[in-house]
Formats: sequence, structure tokens, C-alpha cells
Amino acid sequence: MSETASRKFSRVLDILEKNSNDPARLIPILQQVQDDYRYLPEEVLTFIATSLDLPPAHVYGVATFYAHFTLVPKGKHILKLCDGTACHVRGSEHILSALHSRLKLSAAKHTTDDMLFTVECVSCLGACGLAPVLVVDDRVYSKVTPEAAVEIVDKIVAEEGGVPPKAASISTPKKEDAIV
Amino acid sequence: MIDASKTLSINNMIVPIGEERNLLEVARRAGIDIPTFCYHSELSIYGACRLCLVDVEGRGIVAACSTVPEPGMIVKTHTEEIRKMRKVAIELILANHDQNCTLCARNTNCRLQTLARQLGVDTVRFKRTFERRPVDRSSLSLVRDPNKCILCGDCVRACDEIQGVGVLGFAGRGAKSSVVPAFGKNIADVECVNCGLCATVCPVGALVPRDDVDDVWKEVNDPRKTLVVQIAPAVRVALSEMFGGQSGTIEVGRIIAAAKAIGFDQVYDTSFAADMTVVEEATEFIERKKKGERLPQFTSCCPAWIKYAEQFLGDFLPNLSSCRSPQQMFGSIAKKLLPEKLGIKREDIVVVAVMPCTAKKFECKQSKFRRDGQWDVDYVLTTQELARMIEEAGIRFNELQPQSFDMPFGFKTGAGIIFGASGGVTEAVLRYAVEQLKGVKLDSFEFHEVRGDENIREADFNLDGIVLRLCVVHGLANARKVADMIRKGEKQYDLIEVMACPMGCVGGAGQPVANDWEVRRNRAEGLYKADKMLQLHKAQDNHLLMEMYDKHLKGGVGGHDAHELLHTSYQNRKRIHGLTMSVSDAGNEAGLHISVCVGTSCFVRGSQALLKQIVDYITDNGLSHVVSVDATFCTENCDRGPTVCVGDKLIFKATIDEVTKTMNEQLAGVRI
Repeated sequence: MSETASRKFSRVLDILEKNSNDPARLIPILQQVQDDYRYLPEEVLTFIATSLDLPPAHVYGVATFYAHFTLVPKGKHILKLCDGTACHVRGSEHILSALHSRLKLSAAKHTTDDMLFTVECVSCLGACGLAPVLVVDDRVYSKVTPEAAVEIVDKIVAEEGGVPPKAASISTPKKEDAIV
Repeated sequence: MIDASKTLSINNMIVPIGEERNLLEVARRAGIDIPTFCYHSELSIYGACRLCLVDVEGRGIVAACSTVPEPGMIVKTHTEEIRKMRKVAIELILANHDQNCTLCARNTNCRLQTLARQLGVDTVRFKRTFERRPVDRSSLSLVRDPNKCILCGDCVRACDEIQGVGVLGFAGRGAKSSVVPAFGKNIADVECVNCGLCATVCPVGALVPRDDVDDVWKEVNDPRKTLVVQIAPAVRVALSEMFGGQSGTIEVGRIIAAAKAIGFDQVYDTSFAADMTVVEEATEFIERKKKGERLPQFTSCCPAWIKYAEQFLGDFLPNLSSCRSPQQMFGSIAKKLLPEKLGIKREDIVVVAVMPCTAKKFECKQSKFRRDGQWDVDYVLTTQELARMIEEAGIRFNELQPQSFDMPFGFKTGAGIIFGASGGVTEAVLRYAVEQLKGVKLDSFEFHEVRGDENIREADFNLDGIVLRLCVVHGLANARKVADMIRKGEKQYDLIEVMACPMGCVGGAGQPVANDWEVRRNRAEGLYKADKMLQLHKAQDNHLLMEMYDKHLKGGVGGHDAHELLHTSYQNRKRIHGLTMSVSDAGNEAGLHISVCVGTSCFVRGSQALLKQIVDYITDNGLSHVVSVDATFCTENCDRGPTVCVGDKLIFKATIDEVTKTMNEQLAGVRI
């Protein structure tokens, strides 16, 4: 843990240095820091503000303006599920409930406790012909089904050295749906 | 003769173009008021509110505030199209606004209210999207009500551009935009210096001075209590504005009568205490000047400036005058001397200060100004609040017969009056110091060199070989500029007066709402007039003050008692509360903990590079599992930075060698 934390912090210093502590380069600095931390922690933002001689409120303003930035920790793997019109019509809802059920998430909780996954709904990814679309990290999956989505998650869990899921977990959402 | 090549046409009227920055200013000069929320002559141009739209032939509809005037332009300010657009803009704001005017502190002097009326907005055609959000009452000085915010950004720019603090900023975007302190924290938990400039520029009731009227009424109506009120200089040239008077009119007699009618038992003048501040501060200054120590000396009467210095200029804290502000000197002396004089118990005295200022509310509740379980000053009311008490008590202010201050703390010289205008403290100190240094009585008393309204003013005085280099500053961003120049060695001064508010206390946030340059200038002139009308102008000529020193303060001016009662000390302050950043976490195994300050002052002194060296050292020497490292945002020792805390040992002016040495010593100790 300690190696990571200190390495990360010296990366913040490197990023600031690489951008010559230039306040005009605030956005690239925040992007690079978020790449490392996966989000923008409050204390790191305050540190950046101090380093760039900007009011913390200003840095906070920039960080909250762009949807790309996040002030809450996100998981290592980010699943962006399209819920635009085309994807919605083709059943993205069911994919979402399958993912939520598999990862124990909800509309209010987007990130798993082990910080491995974040599930987000986005409005349109501009790939309506492939609907429903799920983007996992930087990879685009087309014509996704609830089962396929859960499989993708399982594969990542396995790669991360986690416990492989039981086959039953895939059908769990359906069962619940049936009860409701 | 008007030069045709330097004119334009507004509503078919030929108007000359002068130095104006934009069409809005040209129109205003021509006597046409174009409505706006976000335009302020003192602030940068923002162009957000879209109310100042005008039609420029050949260009279409543009925002007047951000259009440069050009010769030959044909401008129309209220076409049908523009009228409709302005109405829509107001309706959109109202759809997302509290709209509870009767319960608002700015009722009857709100620009949204005024414009809605002027533009004939009688219905809101849009769906109401208003969602109530919590009101921030954390600050002792200000209340922030996001439900009334119209997102004009005036407060954001004023705090950043004039005060150099930048507490407020825009967060979010689109329909979710809001103006908030960093991370959505409360005002009391960020770097706010309580100057209230945000409230001065706020066109609506989203930022208003905190209201303590109810608490004061309770004390007034408590028969056991003796109420002692002190009236600050700047109040007397502004209060009557609330009753239809002209700014700058000196109405001190009626203010005293009103205070008595409300039920205050003793009415005194803060200017008496300001005279006291002059002799204390000038004595301190002369001593420092003679020894060449801790120069420049910064004035210390402005509490917003003090908090600013405590947060951002830690290295200059030894340069601040140790004198308390006149308000606090008064409280301290009143609570000490009045029990005997009036034959009452100390705990039954309630000291109320009427001030032009919101930061004074914060100042009076600092624990260092509490003695024997009681505050030196119990409540601070702004000029606006006193006016409201007068109204509530049903007193017809303009019909009052003037009265005079009670003695002895009502007696003052002109020196204590001009404190309320920027340059006044410096001038008052000069009236004392020049006589002291030259050893002769001066016939004249006015030092016009330090008067004026420029943000940074300089004046040199040569007194038989002793040169006094003075600087007068208002606006804290300018104070920072001066501090930077001193640090770089570009400028050298002996005495620097700093006031946070534009033109000093006359422009304070507690003053009546119309608070522009013209009004402030009138009020400042009023104070200089009041000085002229008095028989005495130098604090040292205040015989009642000198008598008080002789009788009650052991050691006289600058002596033992004076130091205990009239002086204070300063502390470095954290800018933002509750932040540390784990840089290297050794987990439960951590045997040793290191904190490196990366606050502003330490940062300037290279704490960031030091932090990196420390982390590298720990990693290179395989100590990551036993040493954890934090970056903190202030250990409140800014003048001795960079500060590093290794285990239980605090190292000032730390170097990597010293830190690693201490680290190894402490680790050896842990292992044993």
C-alpha cells in the first residue's frame, strides 16, 4: 500500500512539474491526476490549488464543471452502459439490473465496496446501430445481453484474481423479477 | 464642439465616446440606465446575466457590458425584441428563486425585485424548478442563502479580484450550477476573511450580513443589564442614508438620541478608543523605527486584514502592530473602568458596538478577547442593523433632537474620527509621530499626501533626516501585492495601513446598501469635515484620554497595563479545516509518523521538494513499512517554514538532512 501511495503522490508532484506549475494548464493537470487516482480527492485538489496559486474554490469549480472529472472514488473498471433512446428500446434496463444485481449496486450506489467496478448510465454513446452498447474501460461491446454483461464482469473478476461466480448468479435477477 | 468621429447614437441621441470601456458605461454616462445584475464598475466584465442586451445596427443584439463602443454605432436599448428577452431572463431567474420577498433581508432594496417591477414582470410562465437548499449560517459575519442566488457571479469576482481570497466559486454546470465555497464547505470552514464584500455586491439576498438584532433587543429589555454602546466613526456619515439622508451627512447627534431612545444606557464614541489606538500604535511605531526592528509596521485595526494576514502572510505576522482595534480597546477599557464609575457589576455590563463592518462580528468573538468569562465586546451591530432597531422602535429619526455623547469615552479628537476613511489611520499616526520625532508642536494637522482613493498610495516624509516611508492600501489583493514587493526587495516602507474594504471603513459591508464609489467618497469627505469641525485634531491632545492613562493604566502609554488591556498577539491560521493527505501509508505497522506542511508559506519555502526528498529517502531505504508520511495544510508556524513534524518532534526551517537525521534517531528509539 505504502509504495503505491507515495508513488502516487510523487506522480502528483511530477505532473505539476511537467506542467510547469502553470495555472492555465489546470485541466490537463486534473486529467493526469485523475488517471492516477481514478478520482480527484479533496486534499489533492487543495494541494494542486496551493501549488498553482489558485483559490481552492476555483479548482473545485473546474473539477465539478466537467463530467469527465469525479470527486468520489471510482472503481478500477468503469462500465458505461448506454441508456439513450435506441439502447433503452433494446433493453438496456435489463442489462443494468443484471449488473446491479451481480455487483450489489443500485441507482444510488455506483461503485463496489472492493473498488473494482463502477457502473454508470450514460445518455448516448453515438453507436445506436450497435444497441444496446456497454463500454467497459475503453472497450466497446455491442448488442449486449444481461448474460453477456455479467459474463464480462465475471471475466474481469477472474483476471483480478477474485472468486469466480456461481452460474446461478446470472439468473438471479430474472428470478427476482419473476417474484415481483 | 463634439468631434463627430468620436460619437455614437443611442436611441437617436448623439452621445460622445470618452474613456468608457463598453456601451453600458457610455449609455450610463448619457443618462440611460441599462438593467444588469453582473456588471460592476470595480470588477472584471463577465457578461453572464444577459440583461444589458442592446441592438446595434448591423450586428444585431449584443450585451452592452462586453461591447466596445465604436464611432458611428447606432444603438437601441429597448426595442420590442429586447424588452421581451429581458422579461424572459427575469422570469427564468424567478422560476428558480425563493420568491419569498417579505421574509428577505434585502426586501425593498433588491435588484431582482426592482427590475421585475421596472420591466413589468407580473407572471412567471415557466415551470417552477426551485428546490430548497440549506442556508449556511456557520459564519459569525455572513449568511449565505443559496435559495436566493441568481448566479451573477459578482461575489465570486469581488472576493477574488478585490480581496484576493477567492472563497466562492461556481460549481457544477447548466441547471445544476451553484455558487459555493470550495468543496461545498460552510463559509466558516474556508478562508473567508468576513469582510462582507460579497454581500455588498450581491444584488439580491443570497449573501447578507448576519443579523444580531434580536439578541441585542433581549439585552436592552433585560432590566438587570446596563447597555453600553460605542459608535464607530464611519457609522455617523452613513446611517441617515437609511432615512432618506444624503451620504456623507454627519448625523451623530441624532444617532446618539436614537440609541438613547432605543434604551442604551451609555452612548460612547469608538473614536475615543481610536485616539487611544493612535497613541499606542504610534508609540510602538516610533520605537520600532528607532531600533530599526520589525519594519514595515502594518496597521491592525481591520479584522478582515488580520485574518487575511494570519492565513496568507504568516511571515509578516511579527510586522503587524500588536495594538487591538479601537473596538476591542474600547471593550477592554469599558469593562475594566465602568463597573467602578457606574457602580454596577462587571457581568451586568453589555457592550454593544455599532460598526460599518461585518468582520467586527467575527473579531469580537475571538477567545483572546474574553476576560473572566466575559467578552470585552458582547455584540456587534452593523449600521444597517442599528437603523432597523430605530425603525422597529418606531423612532422618527429625522425628527429627533440631537444629543451628545456620554463622558469620558465620548470625547475624541479629529484623529479618532478620520480612522473610518482609508489613509485616516496613517494620518492620525503622523499627527502624533511627527510631533514626537521632531520634538515640536505642529500648527497644521492635515496630511493630504496620504488621502485619496487610489488602491495603493505612497508618501515619504523627511523629518530632519529621519525618513518615514508610508504606504496606504485598501483591498486585500493590493495588500498582497505590496507584501510581494517587500519580499522581493522592490519596495521598502516603514508603515503600511491596510483596510480590506474599498476606501476603508466608510465602504464597509455593514453600511447601507447603496455602496458605490460616489457614496463612499461622500462618506469619507463627511469624516474629514467632522475632523475639521472639532477643536482638537491630535490624539495626544485628548486630555480625557491622557487623564485615563494617568489614573488607571500603570505605566502610561505603551506601559504594562496598556499591554495587557490594549495589545494582542496573532496566530497562523489554517486556511481550510480538516485536511491532511496521506502520502505514504505504512498501515498498522507504522512506527513513525511524519507530517510535512504544504500550506502556502511552507510551499513558498520549498516544502514540496522536501516532501519528495523525504518520500524518496523512505522508499530508497526500505522504510516504507515503518514510516508513514502525511502532507498537512498548516501547522500554524508559517513564519518558520517549512515545518516538518517527525514523530513528536517539530522541525522548523527543515532540511532533508535534518529530517532524515531525526527520522533515524526516532526510529532507533522505536525499535528499542
